[in-house]
Amino acid sequence: MSVDLKAWRGVAPDDDAERTAAEAADEASVVRLRARTRRLLGSLLRPHRRALRVVVALLLAQNAAAMAGPYLVKLGIDRGIPPLSGGRDDPTVLVAVAVAFAVAIVTEFATKRGFLALSGRVGQAILLDLRRRVYDHFQRLSVAFHERYTSGRVVARLTSDMDSISELLDGGIEDLVLAGLSVISVAAILLWLDWPMALVTMASFPFLLILSRWFQRASARAYRRTREAVALVIVHFVESMGGMRAVHAFRREPRNQEIFDAVNDDYRAANLTANRLIATYSPSIKLVGNVTIAVVLTYGGYRALHGQTEVGVLAAFLLYLRRFFEPMQELSQFYNSLQSATAALEKLAGVLDEPPSVPEPARPEPLPAARGDLRLDGVRFAYRGERVVLSRLDLHIPSGQTVAVVGATGAGKSTIAKLVARFYDPSEGTVTLDGVDLRDLTDDDLRRAVVMVTQENFLFSGTVADNIRFGRPDAGRQEVEDAARAIGADAFIRALPEGYDTDVRKRGGRLSAGQRQLVAFARAFLADPAVLILDEATSSLDIPSERLVQRALRTILADRTAIVIAHRLSTVEIADRVLVLDAGRVVEDGPPDGLVADGGRYATLHQEWRDSLV
Amino acid sequence: MRPYLNQMVWLLIAAGAATGAGIVVPLVVRRVVDGPVRHGDATGLLTLGALALALGVVEALLIFIRRWTQSASALGMEAELRRDLYAHLQRLPIAFHDRWQSGQLLSRATSDLSVIRRFLSFGLIFLVVNTGTYVTVVALLIHLYWPLGLLVAASAVPLFSVSKRFTQQYFKASRTMQDQLGDLATQVEESAQGIRVIKSFGRRRHQGARFADGARRVHDTGVSKARMLANTWSQFDLIPNVTLALVLVVGALEVSRGALSLGGLVAFVSLQVMLVWPIDALGWIIANGQEAMTAADRVYEVLDTEPSIVDHPAAAVVTPRDVEGHVRFEGVRFAYPGAQTPVLHRVDLDVRPGETLAVVGATGSGKTSLVSLVPRLYDVTGGRITIDGRDVRDYRLSSLRRIVGVAFEEPTLFSMSVRENLALGRSDASDAEITEALAVAQADFVYDLPWGLDTRVGEQGLSLSGGQRQRLALARAVLGKPRVLVLDDPLSALDVHTEALVEEALARVLKGTTALLVVHRPSTVALADRVALLYDGEITAVGTHSELLATVPEYRAVLSASTDAVSSGHLLEEGAA
Repeated sequence: MSVDLKAWRGVAPDDDAERTAAEAADEASVVRLRARTRRLLGSLLRPHRRALRVVVALLLAQNAAAMAGPYLVKLGIDRGIPPLSGGRDDPTVLVAVAVAFAVAIVTEFATKRGFLALSGRVGQAILLDLRRRVYDHFQRLSVAFHERYTSGRVVARLTSDMDSISELLDGGIEDLVLAGLSVISVAAILLWLDWPMALVTMASFPFLLILSRWFQRASARAYRRTREAVALVIVHFVESMGGMRAVHAFRREPRNQEIFDAVNDDYRAANLTANRLIATYSPSIKLVGNVTIAVVLTYGGYRALHGQTEVGVLAAFLLYLRRFFEPMQELSQFYNSLQSATAALEKLAGVLDEPPSVPEPARPEPLPAARGDLRLDGVRFAYRGERVVLSRLDLHIPSGQTVAVVGATGAGKSTIAKLVARFYDPSEGTVTLDGVDLRDLTDDDLRRAVVMVTQENFLFSGTVADNIRFGRPDAGRQEVEDAARAIGADAFIRALPEGYDTDVRKRGGRLSAGQRQLVAFARAFLADPAVLILDEATSSLDIPSERLVQRALRTILADRTAIVIAHRLSTVEIADRVLVLDAGRVVEDGPPDGLVADGGRYATLHQEWRDSLV
Repeated sequence: MRPYLNQMVWLLIAAGAATGAGIVVPLVVRRVVDGPVRHGDATGLLTLGALALALGVVEALLIFIRRWTQSASALGMEAELRRDLYAHLQRLPIAFHDRWQSGQLLSRATSDLSVIRRFLSFGLIFLVVNTGTYVTVVALLIHLYWPLGLLVAASAVPLFSVSKRFTQQYFKASRTMQDQLGDLATQVEESAQGIRVIKSFGRRRHQGARFADGARRVHDTGVSKARMLANTWSQFDLIPNVTLALVLVVGALEVSRGALSLGGLVAFVSLQVMLVWPIDALGWIIANGQEAMTAADRVYEVLDTEPSIVDHPAAAVVTPRDVEGHVRFEGVRFAYPGAQTPVLHRVDLDVRPGETLAVVGATGSGKTSLVSLVPRLYDVTGGRITIDGRDVRDYRLSSLRRIVGVAFEEPTLFSMSVRENLALGRSDASDAEITEALAVAQADFVYDLPWGLDTRVGEQGLSLSGGQRQRLALARAVLGKPRVLVLDDPLSALDVHTEALVEEALARVLKGTTALLVVHRPSTVALADRVALLYDGEITAVGTHSELLATVPEYRAVLSASTDAVSSGHLLEEGAA
């Protein structure tokens, strides 16, 4: 099955949406990336320094206790049995050994339990911390970022990347500490036992180093690729589940399956490459170990043959040698999950490093109660890599005024709305509220003052009441219902099976488009902002609902500043002032009646609209 | 799964052989010490050295082969399961997708499947190998000295009871954990998709707190899982150790009684030590296995859901060419699954071939539900819908959905090229057809996009305005000249000027096509030959726009701009109640 990914996905200006080292091939950015991944790791571990020390101490104690076992067995047999046999009946030594054994067992039990419980707690705390940090950062990033990063990728970062980090935390610490510990201690014992044989053993080190270096490089690359591949799977999966109506209605299933098979297979292949690396690395380590053992066996046998070493030493040396190479296997396992988690961590570090393009001010101007006086001064704006939408716009909207903006698609109506709501910052010029540059306002002050309702009217799964309360989370039930009543949504909400407590389901799917829009209005009404922006907010309403909203708007907009963008001029009629926009310029500006009387563009639009009402 | 079964057998053989080769090496060592070294035989030493080398190489090679094939087969299995899951999800009806959050589905397709893969590639093999080792060693121990052997065998009883309790607890905990992770994924997805709403209300902190709650729940479950593991794994450690101590004490007494030789005890103890690792690993394997079981449960929950909208065996394959397009609703009743009250009580409608019928009704009256029934996005709960006298359920789905073209009020665009978005299921659409469809929908703006028809749109691509998206959705519906067009308020986001242009072009298309049109505006009603009023789940009036306007007050309330607002508001409330 071959699906040309490029062909169906099409071309987009921002294919390099993820600016992490995976895409950045040059050495400098790889170094930068590693550094920031390390920084992230450090900042995650730092708060748990104490606990981690306890974890390691418990682990060491557990191992010391475990080591005591075999020695006590030997002691029991060598020293405990002789006093018991041959007529003498002296159990003191055996009892002493048994007691020591019991102590060792209980210690091992307790320390192991403590170690597992504590390391589990630390691991979970680190995950919680990381999840929250990444989530909060995503929420802080601008709409522009989300538009090119996409929700599927956000989900991938917070699900599958977290999974691989969680895997490392689950078993990693134990593997690392134990294996490291036994490799070091065994190496010391080997040197002490017979240094010429130990030197022969060390001849294997360069091989181990070369292997590890190769594995590190190859697997870092391979695991980065799996992270990207899984993100593609997730993006496609999430999108097709979200658009299932269209998929079914247009028989998209076979083609979707083809594409999914392609990305799924790509992910499988990426995983396979990574798994094969470890499937090569780990037995190679084993091979080096086994060869070393065979060589030491022959060389040691030769030394014993010539009386240069004792047979017992040779036997012990060989036994220890096995205990030297076995943990190396575990280390390679650890190394593997580390590489996989590092790739995930790199992606997360990349996200956390992304500066918000619409940042909060360092020294904010307080604006506790906005009046709603808006001013755009010499505003110029272009979307990333696209043509200029607004070239130089000056506009003053005094507090309390309702301004309708009309004009053709692409004239820049929505752009003005997005700039006032600070979804974007202007490329040049300023947008001010009550004389304060929006860039100098805290998010809290700005959002309390300015609220935008769009035709998109996204609802969250949860009850109708919850969705309205989103406008002001501390609002009581009565206030929620009052808001709904004011907007004319109360009747339909009450008619729902569970009234205000009805679950609207995924993206509000339980409600019709018009009903969702009414809820969105009630939400905005409850928020009670000084500036309300309505961007095509009434397009899905039928005439009776629109009329209700219209009536409500007269009261709602009476004491606040409003920008109304609508192609239906019924909504425009309630405005104090109309702006006709063309290619980013205001070409007409005046009260609606005046403009109709002037017989300009607005008059034409108005006539067209009247004709459509018949 | 069958091909993987064979591979599994080979894997077990390779794993067993590698373990065997590993066990033989110490024997070689003993031979070296007892033979050449003692007798000063240098050639013998070299031979045995070569043997150890060969064994070592074979062991490494076998491990290499096992791991190499294992990763291929486990990953293959995972990919195949994921593929099946996706295919099944595409077959499940819209009603299923209305109910299921995609985060929950996603966590099944990713996390759950990789848990299963990990168990299949490691847990399962070691479960078999370790059980084998355990049984063999215990049998050997009983053979060596049966009283102590039985003592060791008896230690299986507490092991068993510990595992049993652990299994039950852990199963529940991992299920909770995986469900919570699914919920968390849903929350992440929602807050990424609803980012504009969150931003415009400044609810970042509010959402953050909600997410933190969810993450905290995951954390708590994780901690309690860790506690369970700590309890159980330490007991898995404790039991063999206690047995060892008992064996030592009892053995020493037996030796002093002369019932057991000293050498015998040493052999016994050194053999018993071989049991420690398999028992230790058991805790890990059980945990892994439980996780895999819950994951499989969760995956099968979805796979076992029968698709309710499917082809029945005798369903007819019909090409649009052979369809006249006579659509009839006969006593149609419809309720959403699980809902108490039906949305449509009794709908009778007759749309003659080539006719355009507008459906008008108040917000929430069931217009969208009504038109969704024609392409079988939902099935009727009573009555039937026919096209050319044949029940829509008697058409193959692939035929039906080719005969019926749909445009929804909320246009769904995928992150794909414009061309792919237009064609969707019709990858054979020619350039000429696409050009024509774009012309009807007045969507010529696509030629001005940076890469024309190859420009990526949708979430990951260029953002289009609501009106542009709606025009693309309309072009998609008319592409391929379906015999029946179902358009759900498809022009709501267009400005008056564009709407007029689209209507003009659409009127030409509608001339030869049967169409059901959900309409909110008088201007769009002009496209229709007749209008039907949907009121309280029933069609209460059918006629021309002017007829209904003159005679039906409910119709006037919904569609006339000139009626008094107060009385229409009153009617709406009545209609919704």
